[in-house]
Amino acid sequence: MQTSLSNTLSASQLADLSTQIRRDIVRMVHGVQSGHPGGSLGCVEFFVNLYFRHLHYTFPFTQEGHNEDMFFLSNGHISPVWYSTLARAGFFDMAELATFRKINGRLQGHPTTHDHLPGIRIASGSLGQGVSVAAGAAVAKKLAKEEATVYVLTGDGELQEGQIWEAAIFAAHRKLDNLIVTVDANGQQIDGPVATIMGLASLQAKWEAFGWRVLVCTQGNDLEAVNQAFITAKSYKGQGKPILILMHTTMGAGVDFMMGSHKWHGVAPNNEQLQAALDQLTSQHYTDY
Amino acid sequence: MSSILGKFPVLGNKDTRSGFGAAMTRLGQQNPAVIALCADLTGSLKLNDFEKQFPDRFIQCGISEANMIGLAAGLATAGHIPFATTFANFATGRVYDQIRQSVAYSYKNVKICASHAGLTLGEDGATHQILEDLGLMRMLPGMTVINTADYNQTYAATLALASHHGPAYLRFGRPVLPIFLAEDRPFIIGKADLLHQGTDVTLVCTGHLVWECIQAAEQLEAAGISAEVLNIHTIKPLDEAALGASLSKTRCAVVAEEHQINGGLGDLVAHWVAQNTPAPLEFVGVKDSFGESGTPDQLMVKYGLKATNVVAAAQRVLKRKQA
Repeated sequence: MQTSLSNTLSASQLADLSTQIRRDIVRMVHGVQSGHPGGSLGCVEFFVNLYFRHLHYTFPFTQEGHNEDMFFLSNGHISPVWYSTLARAGFFDMAELATFRKINGRLQGHPTTHDHLPGIRIASGSLGQGVSVAAGAAVAKKLAKEEATVYVLTGDGELQEGQIWEAAIFAAHRKLDNLIVTVDANGQQIDGPVATIMGLASLQAKWEAFGWRVLVCTQGNDLEAVNQAFITAKSYKGQGKPILILMHTTMGAGVDFMMGSHKWHGVAPNNEQLQAALDQLTSQHYTDY
Repeated sequence: MSSILGKFPVLGNKDTRSGFGAAMTRLGQQNPAVIALCADLTGSLKLNDFEKQFPDRFIQCGISEANMIGLAAGLATAGHIPFATTFANFATGRVYDQIRQSVAYSYKNVKICASHAGLTLGEDGATHQILEDLGLMRMLPGMTVINTADYNQTYAATLALASHHGPAYLRFGRPVLPIFLAEDRPFIIGKADLLHQGTDVTLVCTGHLVWECIQAAEQLEAAGISAEVLNIHTIKPLDEAALGASLSKTRCAVVAEEHQINGGLGDLVAHWVAQNTPAPLEFVGVKDSFGESGTPDQLMVKYGLKATNVVAAAQRVLKRKQA
């Protein structure tokens, strides 16, 4: 059994890795001319911190994940950033990234367990279901008296789904203080800004009113700020409340013409746009798949 | 007493849901991986004993069925065997997408167990009388679908499901009905139960209609018609071998179910027959309508789900066979 790479990479290595993952994202989406680059780019720092600093996992990957942390992606459309992270963390060969969204591949448009891709424990894509699944896993960890943490990421537009709030009530009622939900608060959804489409008012007040311990990360695209959010969130474990990180990110972060607009939610770059993006995504060390 | 009723003496009267509840208590004792989830219907699902004996493994979800399905998927991921329970309407139609994505497509070992299915829910009326659940569930790839006939079979099916890996839907009901299947009668998922052999017509039945078909077979026999009674407790996977063996003998069938005639067992049988052994079929089920308030028996009469309706359908199909 091999243990995770947690805490073995330096800050500069993690910065390079972040750039590498951004390159993967735009190349994957360009390669098949479909997929969701905006939210993927905005969550790179979350995934890098999760898989390379905080998540405790072992190889070979198992569905049951006994005595290890678990991660569930609820907003499954940002699969490119997850697939890239998993490949770069060694869950599967990075050459497989070239099969994204292609026929007979395991890297489905939205993540699935159907094709046995290591790292994936639930299908997601139809929004609003991931917090419930993670809460179920958190109950299982409690029943097994494990110290492990269950993580889940959701979008902010996704919080318009009612099931999210069913799960929020449940997790607080059951005192699931081993559950850390992160909301990717990029303020955008397909049809436009969240505040315009279906405003959510104060998410911090909402989650606190539901009985959660909330912390706000205002710099969700800063590696160290996100790292600090994880550290703080983990320090809240075992205090009787589920934990929520309200992580403010910029959709499309890292590629200037994709940043801050809902227009790059689910649109692929053309050849010129890809090159323009890659020209911005350079570092000392990268090896494209 | 003539042959078929003599073979199936009434052993008592109980609701099928009580068979489920009793089996859950047994499973709680046998298998520490079994977890029961319920959405504010503990008494209706007969889970009070389970909750009392295994409080750590009973998860009250409140009135949040969508969340319950997700929780079950998460528990199954971690290696538990969750039984997610509520009324059939809320266990299927209300949470179809959750079942589709988090349970069926993700191939989780979740058992969705649903009481109060069909018209026999009675007085609560059509909002609660789901007649589409078998169709909804059988359309999902990989989903095992079971509809039991009496208390003992529900007990046996519940135990069997705990040892059967994969997503499953178990449907049972509210009314108190005769127990006519012996406690030790074998129950094998996917294996139809041939209750009575006949030569003229096959009565293919499931759930509460099995007892009606036994009585129909008795009445047909008195009229000189030899009816075979095939209990299809497992709607999916369908026991095609048993169906084929019976139809090769009788060459016609009546399919009877407490469900819409569209989408349920009747459609499955028709599909198989059309592809394999073209034969006349008649269908006893609800004909593209919602239910209404009434006693279970009044509703079964009004919507044509009684033994007399099976007898009439058998006579119709026999005429077509002979034509």
